[in-house]
Amino acid sequence: MDKIYKALAEIVGEEFVSNRKEELYIYSRDSGLSEPRFPDYVVMPRTVEEVQKIIQLANKEKIHVVPAGASLSLSGLTIPQKGGIVIDMRRMDRILELNRKGRYVVLEAGVTQGKLQAFLEENAPDLCHSLPEAPPSATVVGNLVIHGQGNLTQAYGFNSSMISGLEVVLPNGEICRIGSCSLSPYWFSIEPLPYLAGLFLGWFGTTGVITKVGLRLYPKKKLRDVELFVLEDPKLVSEVIYRVTHTEMAEDITTVAQPYPLMFQGTIMIGIYLTGDTEEELEFKRRLIWSSLSDLIKAKEGGFMALTPDMKVGLLEKPMSSLTRSADILKGGGFVYCGAIIPIEKFPEALKKLFEIAERNGVTFAHTGRVIGRGHCMMFAFAYPFNRADLESMEKAKRALFDSYVATLEIGGVPWKPGAEEQKLILERMDKNSVELIKRIRELLDPNKIMNPGNWEVEL
Amino acid sequence: MSMELHRCFRCGWCKLPSDFVDYNCPSYAKFRFESFSPGGRLWLIRAWLNGELTWSENFAKILFSCVACKNCAEQCKMRFKDEIVDWITSAKSSAIEKGLAPPKVRDFLENIAKHGNPWGLPRAQRASWLDLNKFEGEGDLLYIGCECAYEERGQKMAKNVIELFKVAGLSFGTLGNEEECDGNEAYMLGELGLFQELASKNTQKFKELGVKKVITISPHAFNAMKKYPDRDFEVLHFTQLLLELIQKGKLKLSELDLTVTYHDPCFLGRHNGIYSEPRKILKSIPGLKLVEMKRNKENSFCCGGGSGNFVFDLLSGSESPARLRVREALNTGAEILAVACPICKAMFEDAVKDEGSDLEVKDIAEILLSSTKML
Repeated sequence: MDKIYKALAEIVGEEFVSNRKEELYIYSRDSGLSEPRFPDYVVMPRTVEEVQKIIQLANKEKIHVVPAGASLSLSGLTIPQKGGIVIDMRRMDRILELNRKGRYVVLEAGVTQGKLQAFLEENAPDLCHSLPEAPPSATVVGNLVIHGQGNLTQAYGFNSSMISGLEVVLPNGEICRIGSCSLSPYWFSIEPLPYLAGLFLGWFGTTGVITKVGLRLYPKKKLRDVELFVLEDPKLVSEVIYRVTHTEMAEDITTVAQPYPLMFQGTIMIGIYLTGDTEEELEFKRRLIWSSLSDLIKAKEGGFMALTPDMKVGLLEKPMSSLTRSADILKGGGFVYCGAIIPIEKFPEALKKLFEIAERNGVTFAHTGRVIGRGHCMMFAFAYPFNRADLESMEKAKRALFDSYVATLEIGGVPWKPGAEEQKLILERMDKNSVELIKRIRELLDPNKIMNPGNWEVEL
Repeated sequence: MSMELHRCFRCGWCKLPSDFVDYNCPSYAKFRFESFSPGGRLWLIRAWLNGELTWSENFAKILFSCVACKNCAEQCKMRFKDEIVDWITSAKSSAIEKGLAPPKVRDFLENIAKHGNPWGLPRAQRASWLDLNKFEGEGDLLYIGCECAYEERGQKMAKNVIELFKVAGLSFGTLGNEEECDGNEAYMLGELGLFQELASKNTQKFKELGVKKVITISPHAFNAMKKYPDRDFEVLHFTQLLLELIQKGKLKLSELDLTVTYHDPCFLGRHNGIYSEPRKILKSIPGLKLVEMKRNKENSFCCGGGSGNFVFDLLSGSESPARLRVREALNTGAEILAVACPICKAMFEDAVKDEGSDLEVKDIAEILLSSTKML
């Protein structure tokens, strides 16, 4: 038995460490199109102390470490680019505290979106968290560390801005608490202390392993409904979003454009989600939103689509399984997307790029998007299904994906959760002093360069 | 088979129940490596078929620790969902054909083939404990099944069912030592040749004896017989018949002051859609309070005994599915965990002992019998 395996087994128990080829195979890849790269070990800790010991061992042995949730980024962020230990965090799956009056919850890093959703349904049915459209098996922390979005993002910003406290194991093995929980038993706020949370969000596990998080919850209304505003002119999208966000009546605003089914071709659908505790409240919000768009409707620039009950059920499902089903469009078991964070005014340009990229690469496509903040920006997904059993289909989707990252940067956007290769594109274009700062922070926090190497790796 | 495996996106819906409250794939809940999840398993099968991975003891464990509980098919959001269990079964079949099955699995199947039961016990012992007329063409055939014939706890369950049928004045008989294995586990382990042989033997025998209706005690037998090609007999699970007898007034029930939670067996529930009959039986007992576990009906969490694991038990240990389920049952405040399957009964009785719990595991027939005896 090799000494690292033995040491890991001593930390977490032999049951929860593997260097067997089947585990290494599965943890060497995700559901996207990134090149597989094999870890040397997979380990599943149960406590923060176990994580700490793993990191200390990694420092001692100079072996790389990759923290992983459900590995559902689709961009290879938990694929060990340079081998080492993958830490599957999902045994740390306890919800530790619910503070109803303070509207926050404290949970461990392996808690899934589904588990939190179910916990709140049972224990605080009048509260909810910002739920992404990821499968319910995705982890809450996974979504937070990549600056994910959810159904409350339009109202409150990126999900990562809803964090009220963090516990992190630093690359040197020290346990660090951030926010009010660093000096008080309460996890209610990151502010007004120095904003250390920024050192761990968007860094893809290169600066530490998040083990616990305080997460803000929000009022959950009893009723939820959706309206679909359909238009053909992409230039009007930003105007529609501006008006709807101005009413402050929508919970969530999404965009969809896809070639199939044919009835949707050439249209852009804007999903406007409404919530209310009563039918009257819903109706009031609905009227304000309709009124904000009435002149566009009169001018036949767009209109609300009548939704069948089945369509409503699908659109109101939380999370929406139809997005997962995109992977089966080609009966191929896969889709990838570039989530571009762009100014909303850039929507027409992004859509044009999407059409061009799809045509140039001979792939089918879909666009989904979500408004972030009160129209401050949006996530614009360039999405491409592929067939996992067809190499050519995979290659085409890969090229289209890469082109989409380039296009995102060309139109002035920022790629969301870019893979290791795409991160290089970003660093090339980034302000040089910012790049230098990233490098210095990493060197300072992780002198042994053990944390998820290959990600945000600066070669100046 | 490999033509379709690639369609699995490994999104993970299959690991959960419909309300996402906890992990609901028994092998994933136990082992927690992604390789033991339904998606991980499918990706590994594909890699094995493509020659990317070679056979190993660990791969065998991953494959044969799938208990065919069908939660993955129930929860999968893709159009191929109903094929998932078949794909895994086909992979098991390929392994068995190539002589790669783990020794315990191989012995399990060989025992069924040679001795008509998975333990390799003598055929003469099958009904030695049974004091009941043989089926002579009159009334219904009560199919005892291997788990009730050879396992003490199963025998008790069978005796409870028999006594209830007698109380209700039902005309029925069994095949005694001539009963043959139903073949459900052979089917789920991918030994389709053996399954077909057993199905053919049973169908032939039933035809010769003029059997019109078979009552099974085990949901596993119920599931197998439903799959028999050329089946010309009706097959019922004993709970379906018991409910009928209650509704016809053939069983008089008196009050039982009990709090009971019911565990849906996979082969009665998810595989065959029977959820309400056992509950209606329990609710028909005056004074009995039925409380539900969080995961129930379509979301029931398997005991971990399916697909032969009640014998070779690849999922044993402190976090075995049976022990997790016993903890869940305790959380309801119930004093009794009611079961409708002899395999579940054995798995849970062992789990209760291991947990050091005072929860009682009782089959539905036993609870019902107590109610009739109170009169």
